[in-house]
Amino acid sequence: MTDEPTAPPDDAPVEPKPKLTDEEKAAKIAAAKAKAAAKRAAADGGGVEGDAAEAPPKPPWEEKPVPPERIEATDDPEAVALAAAVAGSVLGAERFAGDLTIRVPVAKIVEICRFLKTERGFAFLVDLTAVDWPGREEGRFDVVYWMHRFADQARLRLVTAVAEDRVIESVTGVWKTANWMEREVWDLYGIVFANHPRLERILTWEGFNGHPLRKDFPVEGIDTGAAIYPDHYPPGGGPLTDEEKERAT
Amino acid sequence: MSGPDRPLFDVEEMEVNFGPQHPATHGVLRLMVTLDGEKIVDARPIIGYLHRGTEKLFEQMDFPQCIPHTDRMDYIAAATNNQGFCVTMEKALGIAIPPRAAYIRMILAELQRLASHLVWFATHAIDIGAITPFFYNFRDRDEILDLFEEYCGARLTLNTMKIGGVPFELPEGWVDRCRAVIDAFPAKIDEYETLLTENRIWKKRTVGIGVVSPEDAVEWGLTGPPLRGSGVKWDIRKVFPYDRYDEVEFEVPIGSNGDTYDRYLVRVEEMRQSVRIVRQCLDRLPEGPLTARAPKVLRAKEGMVYGSVEAPKGELGYFVVTTEKSTKPYRCRVRPPSFVNLQALPDMVRGHLVADLVAVIGTLDIVLGEIDR
Repeated sequence: MTDEPTAPPDDAPVEPKPKLTDEEKAAKIAAAKAKAAAKRAAADGGGVEGDAAEAPPKPPWEEKPVPPERIEATDDPEAVALAAAVAGSVLGAERFAGDLTIRVPVAKIVEICRFLKTERGFAFLVDLTAVDWPGREEGRFDVVYWMHRFADQARLRLVTAVAEDRVIESVTGVWKTANWMEREVWDLYGIVFANHPRLERILTWEGFNGHPLRKDFPVEGIDTGAAIYPDHYPPGGGPLTDEEKERAT
Repeated sequence: MSGPDRPLFDVEEMEVNFGPQHPATHGVLRLMVTLDGEKIVDARPIIGYLHRGTEKLFEQMDFPQCIPHTDRMDYIAAATNNQGFCVTMEKALGIAIPPRAAYIRMILAELQRLASHLVWFATHAIDIGAITPFFYNFRDRDEILDLFEEYCGARLTLNTMKIGGVPFELPEGWVDRCRAVIDAFPAKIDEYETLLTENRIWKKRTVGIGVVSPEDAVEWGLTGPPLRGSGVKWDIRKVFPYDRYDEVEFEVPIGSNGDTYDRYLVRVEEMRQSVRIVRQCLDRLPEGPLTARAPKVLRAKEGMVYGSVEAPKGELGYFVVTTEKSTKPYRCRVRPPSFVNLQALPDMVRGHLVADLVAVIGTLDIVLGEIDR
C-alpha cells in the first residue's frame, strides 16, 4: 500500500468524521473491491504489467456454461395487457432462457386464449401439453399452451394448474389444432377436457386402463389384459371382457 | 321417394378401412374412410400403432442418453432430431457451441433434409403411379447415407450430435467427397424434375388436390412445406436461427395455391436451397474445437424451455421441464411436425376421390415413428 493517506499533523484540530450516505458507502465498498481485484490480478500475473488487462476474452464455448436465470416478468406488455383485459387472469409471469411464461387460472382458460388470439394476434398454437406434479398443492397437473404470433415472431407460454378431479375447458373452439393435442393429453395424463368434440384415446387404444405419462405409472408398463395373439379378437381391439374370455376358452 | 328428385342410384355411404398394413400409408397409419361411391365423405386417422412411450423413457434417462432415442422418432431424418434435442438442451443449460461444431451440424442437417426429401419424392411419386423416380431417388440417397456412414458409422439412426457440439472430427477427405456429391446434385434435381414437373399425368393428379388456404394452414398449426405451400413464408431457420443459420444465405420457397403440386414445387426448391447451404458451409468450415467446455455431468436449473428446429417435415420442437440440479428431464415433450400436420388430412381430402387420398398422404410427408413416438 503506497497511497495511504498521510497522518494529519498533530496540531490540526480533530474534526468529527462526516456521516456517509448510503450511496457514498456503496461507492467506497466498490472502490475497495476493485482495488483488491486489481491486486489479485497482479499477483496472478506474476508481476507482469498489464497481463490481465490485455488478454483477449475467451470465446463463450471455452468458458463455463452460464445457465439461464428465472426473471420476474409481470411487467411484460403481454402480461399487462392480459391482466387488464381479463380480471384476475395473471397469477404470475417469468422469463426463463428467453421464453415468457404466464400462469393463469384454470377457470378462465378459454376466455384468456380467445383474447390472446383475437386481440393480441397469437393465431398459431404451436403446442399443447401437460406436466405431472404429484402431491402439489395448487393442483396435480400443469397444462401448458405454447403459442406464436407472426407479426413480430413472439412466443408466449400459458401454464395453468389443474387438480386431478377437475375438468378443464377445451380450447378447440379457439384453435382447431388443439383437438389432437388435447386428446393426447387426455390419453397420456387423464385430464378431461370439457366440450371437446371427440375426446378419445389417440396413442394408446380404446379400452387401455391407465395414463402412461403420469408419474405413478410404472415404466415397465402394466398388464392391460390384452393378449398379443388371442384366440378371439374383440371388435375394435382392446382387452377382452370377461364374457368374451369365457367364450374364447 | 319418387319423381324427378329421386337419384338414379341409391346413395349409400360405405365405411372402408384403409391400413394400417398398406404400403401407401407410409408406415402404420390407419384411416376409416367414409365413401359415397368413389367420393370421400370423411376420413378419420387412427394412430398409435407405433407408440413406444419415448417421452416416458426420456424421463428415466440422463440428458445425453436421450439423444439415441430421438433418432427413432423421425427415422427418415435422424440428424435433425438430434439437432433439435441438442439445441434445446443447450438453451436450457446455457451452453454456447464452437463454430466448427455448428457448421458440421448444419452440413449434416441439410444432407439429412436432402435424404428425407428424396424419400418423400420417391414414395409420393410411386403412390400416384410414377414408378421411375423411385430408382433415381434411392440411388442418390445412398450417396448421402454413405457420407453419414463414413462420418459416424450409421446410415439411418445416426446419433451424431451431442450436447455442446459434435462428437467426431470429419474423416480425412470427407469434405472433398461431400463436395463432389453436392456439386453433382443440382443436375440430379433437374433430372427428377424432367420426370414430373411438366408431366401431364402428374399435374392432373396433383394440381388442385388437397388445397389448404393460408388461414386454414395456420389454424391447423401446419408447419414446414405444407405451411409454405399455402404461401406463408415462415421457416424456423430464418425466424429463430439456431446453430449458425444466420450466417448462411438461402431462400425460403413458398407456393401460391396451397395444393399438392405447390407443395411438390416447394420441396424440390428446398432441396436446391439445401445444396446451397451445404456448399457455403463446406467453403467456410472454420477450424477449432468440436465441443464446448461443458461439465461431464450436465445439471440443469429449474425451469421450462422450448427449443425448435426446422426438420424436413416442419417445426420439430422439444419442451423440456427440468428441476433444480437434475441430470434428467422431468418432462420432455416432443412436438412432432407430422402429428400436427396429419390432423389436417380429413379437411384436405373431403370431397375428393378415393385415389386422391394417397396423394394427400404423400404430400403431407408423414413419418409414423414421430407421430406415435
